[in-house]
Parts: sequence; structure tokens; C-alpha cells
Amino acid sequence: MWQLTQTSEFLIDIGSSLANLVASFVIASFLGVLLGLVLGTMRFLSWLLEPAIHFFRAIPPVALVPIFVSLLGFGNETRILAITVAALFPVLISTIDGVRANDETLDMVSKVYRLTWSERLFQVTLPAAAPRILSGMQVSLIAAFVVMIASEMLGSSTGLGAKTLLAQQTFAIADMWAGIILLGIFGYLATFLFDLFRRRILRWYIAAQQQERQL
Amino acid sequence: MTHIHTSTTAPVIDRPVRLEVSALKKSYTTKKGDVPVIEDLTFDLRQGEIACIVGPSGIGKTTLLKCLAGLQPITSGQAMIDGNVIDGPPEELALVFQEYTRSLMPWLSVEHNVKLPLKHLHLPAEERRQRVTSSLEAVGMGDAAQKYPWQLSGGMQQRVAIARAVAYRPEVLIMDEPFASVDAQTRFELEDLCLRIREQFDMTILVVTHDIDESVYLSNRVIVLGQRPAKVTEIITVDFEQPRDQLTTRALPQFAELRSKVFELIRKAG
Repeated sequence: MWQLTQTSEFLIDIGSSLANLVASFVIASFLGVLLGLVLGTMRFLSWLLEPAIHFFRAIPPVALVPIFVSLLGFGNETRILAITVAALFPVLISTIDGVRANDETLDMVSKVYRLTWSERLFQVTLPAAAPRILSGMQVSLIAAFVVMIASEMLGSSTGLGAKTLLAQQTFAIADMWAGIILLGIFGYLATFLFDLFRRRILRWYIAAQQQERQL
Repeated sequence: MTHIHTSTTAPVIDRPVRLEVSALKKSYTTKKGDVPVIEDLTFDLRQGEIACIVGPSGIGKTTLLKCLAGLQPITSGQAMIDGNVIDGPPEELALVFQEYTRSLMPWLSVEHNVKLPLKHLHLPAEERRQRVTSSLEAVGMGDAAQKYPWQLSGGMQQRVAIARAVAYRPEVLIMDEPFASVDAQTRFELEDLCLRIREQFDMTILVVTHDIDESVYLSNRVIVLGQRPAKVTEIITVDFEQPRDQLTTRALPQFAELRSKVFELIRKAG
């Protein structure tokens, strides 16, 4: 496995996988929060679109990969698109929930003090919804990881998933195990890093909850 | 800013009217037709006056405050602040809510909670800082600027909420049962804080309370609401000397007299 990591081809595979994962996760989070804010505040729009959202969410994300392959071919865009779509729904739905659950009192406070539109968004709505949004992103990250591997196993030749499958098909058992273990390590690292990020953003929330438990 | 120290015994009757409520009506529209909550409410508040609204529970006191704060539309009649009709949250008004645990932003420090409403007022940075510090000091929370709301006790959180309102420098400060959920000792402290703030910032303060003693202790006038839909039963003038004191003022014979009068009116109304 160590020798494997020395070869440049292998590094390219890892790089390609991780770049896809990060890019898609970032795009999905951004779009999910943006759409979630819009749908969470506009009742009518969400009433219109929610059935569709719940239908698409119900489809296992991996099952979408063949559709994208047939539409876009085997290029890297296909993989990014598939991962993004998979990661979009959890964060989208949790953002909608988070925005809706906004406290009525804080809403009145914002009105009485005539907070501007952007102050309300960035100082009230988003922070209040942040705990839910970040839980959604956590689920999104896992979905993104699964679809990252799946998308590489379907007709791709680059990426960790592709290499691991190829190793299995050519009976390079050691390489296969190396791939699987690496995937495990990356999966672990990704959730670990995200958790650090979450703890940093939600310091107030985590501390407040601890406080509550002590009382 | 307004540090006009009025003589403590000056009758408020000579001062300009800040809040004027005339023939205010509020009803909710339901499927079964309109349900009136407030019927024909008329009173006014003069600068530097503290008035308390008391009445049986469920009479629509909170609804009234929401109407005055521009959070709910008035059905008919009108409310004016400084001569301007209230048809949305007026900038001359601040509101302190009963639920102190939910009215501060837990993700902002005390200082930033107080500062948040000031941002769009386009004050010079120096004045903004000064307002935050002075109002936190006025409520006795000068040392807690860097703390977070959830690190504070209930009474302290309510102090911060009051500081936030004070820093906003409203003409009229409205409080919705502000001391209802704190312990008795804290309650006395907050009542005196309320009197001090009126003195220091020359604010007009309207307090909704269900505590009869509190209403007599705080007020220049007690507005007793009665019946459903709500109407003003009587407006009682309280003319004890200022400054008031928790021990001596409450021990006055007139205090007991007024207290029983208010109590009787409420009982009759309920």
C-alpha cells in the first residue's frame, strides 16, 4: 500500500476523487442553503415544490448515477453532478425545516427593532437555523461520499472507486484492500474535519446545550 | 443625548403627549366571523410617564401591545406616537418581551445583542459604542459584555433585554409582563431599574403587568382594563412622591388604598 501511494498515477486518482467530493459538497451545501432559505420563507413556493423535492429525495442517490451517465456520458462533470444532487437534498430539507422553526419571539424582536433584510437573514435567520443546517450537511457529506465512490465504479477509469473495482476484477487483491482501506480513511477524515467545522460554527449552541443539561 | 433631568416631583401632566391611543378596536377574523378582543380603548401617555396596564388575564393586553408596536394591524381607531399614526413598527418605540430566554440571540454576546438594533441607525462608531456601554452600565451589566445570554440568570437576561431597548433610545418603551418570570428579589430590583431608566433617559414607559402591587409602585397612572372585549374601566392616578422606595412607598397608607382600589376594579371586571 505504501508503494502504491508512491506512484503518481495513484495520487492522481486520490486527487480526482477528493476534488470531486469537495467541489460537489461545497456546491450542494451552497445551493441547498440558498434554496432552503427561499423555500423556507416563501410558503407558496414550497407548497408548490415540496412534493417534487420529497419524490426526488426518496430515490436512492446511487440510482441516479446511471441517468446522469446516459445523459452526460462518462466525463467528470457527470460525477460532480451526481454527487452534488445526492448531497443537495439533506441540506436543502434541513434548511427548510430550520428556517421554519424560527422562534416567533425573535421574529418579533427583529421587527420591533426594524432590522434590515440582510441583518435579519445573517444575524437572525441563518444562525437560528444553523444547528439544523449543519446536521443536514453532515448527512449530505455521507451521501456525497457514497455517490463519489459509486460514480467512479460505474464506467470511470479514474478515481479511488474505479481503481478499487479494477483491482478486484483483475484479482489484485492487495490493491483492492488498499483501496478499500484508503476509502475508509478518507471517509473518516472527511467526517472528522466536518465535525471540527461544525463545532467551530456552533460553539454557542453546543455550550448552551451543555449548560442546559447541567441545570 | 437626552439627559434632561426633570425635577423628580414635576407633574407629568405639563409634558407633551408621546403616545396617544384613541378609540382603538381590534378584532380577529375567524371563520365564524369577527371576534372582538379590544373594544374602544382610549388613553394617552406623556413624556417621562410610567403607566401600567392591568386587567384580568386573557383580556387582550398582549394583543394591545402588539398593536401599539405595529406588529398587528389595528381594526379601527388609531394609535399615534409623537403624532404619527402607527401602521408598522415605529422607530420611536422599543419592546421588552416577557420571554427573556427567547428574546435574546443566543449566538451573540451580550454586547452584540445590545448593538444589533443600532447597526442600521447609522450612528458614528463612537456613539454606538458609548450607547452600548452606558446602557449596559445603567442596568448593572457593565461587566458582562462578553458573556453569552445562556451564561446568565433569568433576571440578568432580562436586564440585557432592557439594556438593548435603552440603547435604542426609544421615545416610548413598552414592556410586556417583563418581570413575571423572575424571583421576587430580582423583581424588586428590576422595578427600581425601570424607575431609574425613566429618570436617567426621560423615557415614556408602558408596562403590562398582572401584579397589582407592581402597577401601583411603578406607575404615574394605572390603566385598568375590564370586560371582554377589553375596555378601559378606569384610569387611576398615582401621585406618590418620586423617587419611590420599595420599603417606604409600599408602606404608605395611600399605597394600600390604591392597591385595594385596583384590585376591586379588576375583580369586578373579571
